[in-house]
Amino acid sequence: MDFSLSDEQRLLRDTVREYVAREVMPEAGKLDGAGEFPARAVRGLAEMGLLGMTIPESYGGAGLDSLSAAMAIEEIARGSASLAVTVSVTNSVCAGPIARFGTEDQRRRYLPRLAKGEILGGFSLTEPDSGSDAAHLRARARRAGDFYLLDGDKAWVTNVQVGHLFVLIAATDPASGARGLTAFLVEKSFPGFAFGKIEDKMGLRSSLTGGIQLQECRVPVSNRLGEEGQGFKIAMATLDGARIGIGAQAVGIARGALEEALAFARQRKAFGQSISRFQAIQFMLADMATAIEAARLLVQRAAHLRDRGDVPTTAEASKAKLFATEMVNRVAYQAVQIHGACGYSREYPVERYFRDARVTTIYEGTSEIQRLVIARKLLESCS
Amino acid sequence: MNLELTAEHREIREMVRKFAEEEIAPVAAEHDRTREFPIESVRKCAELNLMGAMVAERYGGSGLDTVSYTLIIEELSRACASTGVIVSVNNSLFCHPVEKFGSEDQKRRFLEPHAKGEKIGCFCLSEPEAGSDAGNQRTTAARRGDVYVLNGTKNFITNGVAADTALVFATTDRAKKHHGISAFLIEKGTPGFRLGKDEVKLGITCSGSVEMVFEDCPVPAANRLGEEGMGFKIAMNTLDGGRIGIAAQAVGIARACLEESTHYARERQAFGKPISEFQAIQFMLADMATEVDAARLLTHRAAWTKDQGGRFSLEASQAKLFASEVAMRSAVKAVQIFGGYGYMNDYPVERYFRDAKITEIYEGTSEIQRLVIASSLLKD
Repeated sequence: MDFSLSDEQRLLRDTVREYVAREVMPEAGKLDGAGEFPARAVRGLAEMGLLGMTIPESYGGAGLDSLSAAMAIEEIARGSASLAVTVSVTNSVCAGPIARFGTEDQRRRYLPRLAKGEILGGFSLTEPDSGSDAAHLRARARRAGDFYLLDGDKAWVTNVQVGHLFVLIAATDPASGARGLTAFLVEKSFPGFAFGKIEDKMGLRSSLTGGIQLQECRVPVSNRLGEEGQGFKIAMATLDGARIGIGAQAVGIARGALEEALAFARQRKAFGQSISRFQAIQFMLADMATAIEAARLLVQRAAHLRDRGDVPTTAEASKAKLFATEMVNRVAYQAVQIHGACGYSREYPVERYFRDARVTTIYEGTSEIQRLVIARKLLESCS
Repeated sequence: MNLELTAEHREIREMVRKFAEEEIAPVAAEHDRTREFPIESVRKCAELNLMGAMVAERYGGSGLDTVSYTLIIEELSRACASTGVIVSVNNSLFCHPVEKFGSEDQKRRFLEPHAKGEKIGCFCLSEPEAGSDAGNQRTTAARRGDVYVLNGTKNFITNGVAADTALVFATTDRAKKHHGISAFLIEKGTPGFRLGKDEVKLGITCSGSVEMVFEDCPVPAANRLGEEGMGFKIAMNTLDGGRIGIAAQAVGIARACLEESTHYARERQAFGKPISEFQAIQFMLADMATEVDAARLLTHRAAWTKDQGGRFSLEASQAKLFASEVAMRSAVKAVQIFGGYGYMNDYPVERYFRDAKITEIYEGTSEIQRLVIASSLLKD
């Protein structure tokens, strides 16, 4: 048992932390206000190798373990949750499944470009009428010679417009439900592919989210990821890893909220003294700090077990995601409360953290889905 | 970073789990009902060398690390929270300070028999009018030649009814407040030292809590632990470690709540199916399971930090605060899942509910933990 970071992990954390403080935090509020994609920071992180963090070095990636990747995501999210989700998505739900389930040809074609940040990736499972109930999606793929023709509407896809490549799930055999789904590597340049409108969101306003419209979109058979019928399995395995990333993102936002609240509480005076001297404020800070530590440990445990590779991590990933994302909503709420009216103003970053936190209990599996996963594993284990 | 237990840790956990299931759990409800101190259980713990788990082997202890200690307390508390705290107090609040602050002579006389579990120790800091504000001690110790004469009353003393030796805090110089407090090792049978009223409690009913009265009680100066005026420091250092034990106790109670609830939910039928098939029940179980894991990770982190030899007050307070509140929330949910049966003492969750509450109070209330954590955050 060892709770300490290795020298490499510390170096990585400090390097990313320093970059985020210097390059990301000063412009995060402005980009959020304008709903503008953080293109400059994405390039900067790409130069640091963070767009292909977990891609093996043989494919041009940084070859980091999940634990290090989670630390990097936490650091990025501390400055900008929008940037963190942009990076997390291209890494864990696009490059991740290609590295794990792709053919050698698919890996060679896509991973080095993703790793260098030449292209950004995304993942497309959700549809306007199918979210948590992911097996009942409507997008269809039918085989036509060397191609599949894809039809349907996808929704809430992160990295639209800026993304070049999407791991997209569609039904090849609609009658078979979850077992009839297949995963495809779909490029935005494929005929019949179009982006829908960009969503106007509460938070994560500088990450680009929107729909994908497929009209007889021609996807070469060589871009099918895995076998026909493996799509649901690939999607679920991908989300296990992604949930660790969202847990890390939540921890990063929460840490930002705590650090801002601490600084504010120290300098703000009321009733003749700094408000940090009142127990009402101190107790909120203490609860925030404790919950953040607990969440980070759950994230690190899930990542560590995933890196081991020989044990199932579904329940651990769900626990990390559930706890961390519920936690960040409480922590951001308290940070706004400590800031008083200033917390309601866009002049202070906690207003953004509060909005950014909200989606974390929703995307990549709602809290309700996480609880179902955890309960199922629990009830199975004692049967 | 590796958050998994070592093979040795797992071995200790399995050993204590089996012992607790076979020897402690079967008598827990009966002791809870009669409030009788489980002296036989303590003897059995002593046979397994659990009473001085972290004490060096040359003083009769097992020389285990703190992580192992948390595993022992979790397993015992899952079976019986009273036994968990009895063992925790002897280990953390008696053996630890004697080993850390005692003279060689004191270690020979006091540490060895307590580490072996031949004798039972207790820790006397709280007074009727000094709980969280522990610096405000009323019990006095006046030096007269080779002895100190103690006068005062201590209360809520866990293990008190069965204790052979008490670690007692008293003020040797009231004007100096915290810095005027000293610590003493007082043996049962010392003239002027008697047990006061038995404390009748909501939970952990058989942990032998009692009032202790000192009336012109002469204590040899050779039994002063540390220097005069070091008492408050000794108490605070001791409680830092104690909090890790209570966090582990809370994890044990919470886990018991989760396990009993999971089992019950699979058996109990309502509306034509097991209640475990309803989301309302599943979600409570999922939240309990998640929080139990988080609490255990915080507890292991605090224990591991202590084992590295550095400061661990913050980590211990975070573990104790979080784990004790998880124990209480888990117990509330467990009783709810059991419905009417949860309110009856036919099922153990009724006891867990009562036992859980104390973990938010003793060895530093949740409020004291929050003050410790906040002062650490604001210091940087």
